[in-house]
Amino acid sequence: MTLTATQAKPAPALLPRAGGLRGPLSDLFWRRPKLLLLLMLLPPVLWLGIVYIGSLFALLLQSFFSIDEFSGLINREFTLKTYGDLLQAANLDIILRTMTMAALVTLASAVIAFPIAYYAARYARGRWKALFYLGVMLPLWSSYLVKIYAWKLILAKEGILTWLLAKLHLVWLLDGWLSLPIVGGNSLSVSSTGTFIVFVYVWLPFMILPVQAALERVPGNLVEASSDLGASPGQTFRNVLFPLALPGIVAGSIFTFSLTLGDYIIPQIIGTSRLFIGQAVYSQQGTAGNIPLAAAFTVVPIVIMGFYLWGAKRMGAFDAL
Amino acid sequence: MRSDGSQSTPLGLKVAAACGLLFLHLPIFLIFVYAFTTEEKSFVWPPPGLTTQWFAVTWNRPDVWQALSLSVRVAAISTLVALVLGTLCAAAVSRTQFFGRETISLLVILPIALPGIITGIALRSAFSLAEIPFSFWTIVLGHATFCVVVVYNNAVARFRRTSGSMIEASMDLGADGFQTFRHIVLPNIATALLAGGMLAFALSFDEVIVTTFTAGQQQTLPIWMLEELIRPRQRPVTNVVAMVVVLVTLLPILLAYYLTRDGDQIAGSGK
Repeated sequence: MTLTATQAKPAPALLPRAGGLRGPLSDLFWRRPKLLLLLMLLPPVLWLGIVYIGSLFALLLQSFFSIDEFSGLINREFTLKTYGDLLQAANLDIILRTMTMAALVTLASAVIAFPIAYYAARYARGRWKALFYLGVMLPLWSSYLVKIYAWKLILAKEGILTWLLAKLHLVWLLDGWLSLPIVGGNSLSVSSTGTFIVFVYVWLPFMILPVQAALERVPGNLVEASSDLGASPGQTFRNVLFPLALPGIVAGSIFTFSLTLGDYIIPQIIGTSRLFIGQAVYSQQGTAGNIPLAAAFTVVPIVIMGFYLWGAKRMGAFDAL
Repeated sequence: MRSDGSQSTPLGLKVAAACGLLFLHLPIFLIFVYAFTTEEKSFVWPPPGLTTQWFAVTWNRPDVWQALSLSVRVAAISTLVALVLGTLCAAAVSRTQFFGRETISLLVILPIALPGIITGIALRSAFSLAEIPFSFWTIVLGHATFCVVVVYNNAVARFRRTSGSMIEASMDLGADGFQTFRHIVLPNIATALLAGGMLAFALSFDEVIVTTFTAGQQQTLPIWMLEELIRPRQRPVTNVVAMVVVLVTLLPILLAYYLTRDGDQIAGSGK
């Protein structure tokens, strides 16, 4: 082996060009990087452009069609009648209810997420940090339906929550809550409270991650400086931590708000018969066969999210993502 | 004044963080208990008895197997498409500055940023306008579209850490573009792609909202599960399937985490 190695000719300064099509192609890409860029971008842009943006346009187009009330057929002529239907009191009610729920869910997620994010960002180190990270990541990626199903088990009348409250002699509290008009119901699994709890549970990791990212960037000595200058922990939180975490909270709220606006499965499985936007869209396109009205309904969350994103961008939330 | 102030954790914070994490995890653990319950008709707690018979019953259910097989096939093909498209896009965006770069990243992120129901109904109305019948491929079309973003995120993060001088060095040493890609670029991004691919698989395997609009009469596993949630037929079988789904999605997530944990950007942040 050593013999062949020493006998081998020294490598030429320039290697011969690879044969076939490969060499010329490689040279071409080297000389014209723009061409390579174009070729790399073409497939994803075509796919997303045609499949996704194309579909969004189809959706928008449909919202300007109308449905013939007698035949149930879709009338493919430009009209604003469907948007007029959207503004009926019942539909406005649905939109308002969904937005209220989205706002409450966002608020609750922020409150629960903050201690977890703050602990993970400031105190957890090494192994604990990894554990915290996985502790947020695993629920985030666990099956969405399984998570909802788990809550159906928990909130059922005969389920673990009632059992726990019975052990603690607190059933009267639950019964009292369930007898309240809007938030109550027959059992937690058919009440708005149940819907709220499940929404918070399912979207919570989406809030924790950006808040943690924002808090990681707050230098620890800033908090120490604040207390050295005589601020109480509450004052430090209000004047130092909270303003610095706000972009992260806004970034997280984009997810919690948008996901709540569009969800139709959670309120269908755990909740009352009062509809949310997602359910309205689903039933309009499914059983009612009224795709134009369903399309017009989806324009509502798109517009709301458009304003929301615009506001979030002004608050610098995108740097926290 | 304490110099080691940053080391001691306020008790209140500890308790709140622990409660938050428990809130996130206990419901999933509960699924494991319910998979063994002897109770058939209700969700009664505590379970009256424990049994493993429902695993055998589930094993012999053809509808579960069909749904599982459809889900796996859809997820595999969607992941492949997403891997190709996501990597190409990430390579283009991270290596060069060009006009419209921001627009491209927005385009990739949009399918996941807008609520799933919008993606779903948009695809459905496009199919109906173009008169495309529902099939295996209509499901794949939807899934691949929102899977691109996870591959893209992982690949972009890795490209950012891979220094461009390595590629230049390879070219200086005489390798052509294809050799450089094969021997320098690919080994560098391989684990990121693997992680992105696994997350894309998990995302597709679990997706239900878009699928309800693009599947027609076909049943993927999540659709099967949704049917059971709305109109329960055999609750213990649902319990077992739920447990299996948790385990099946757990593995790719853990693997993806270990593949990318040394990086500054880790797989999966922002589903």
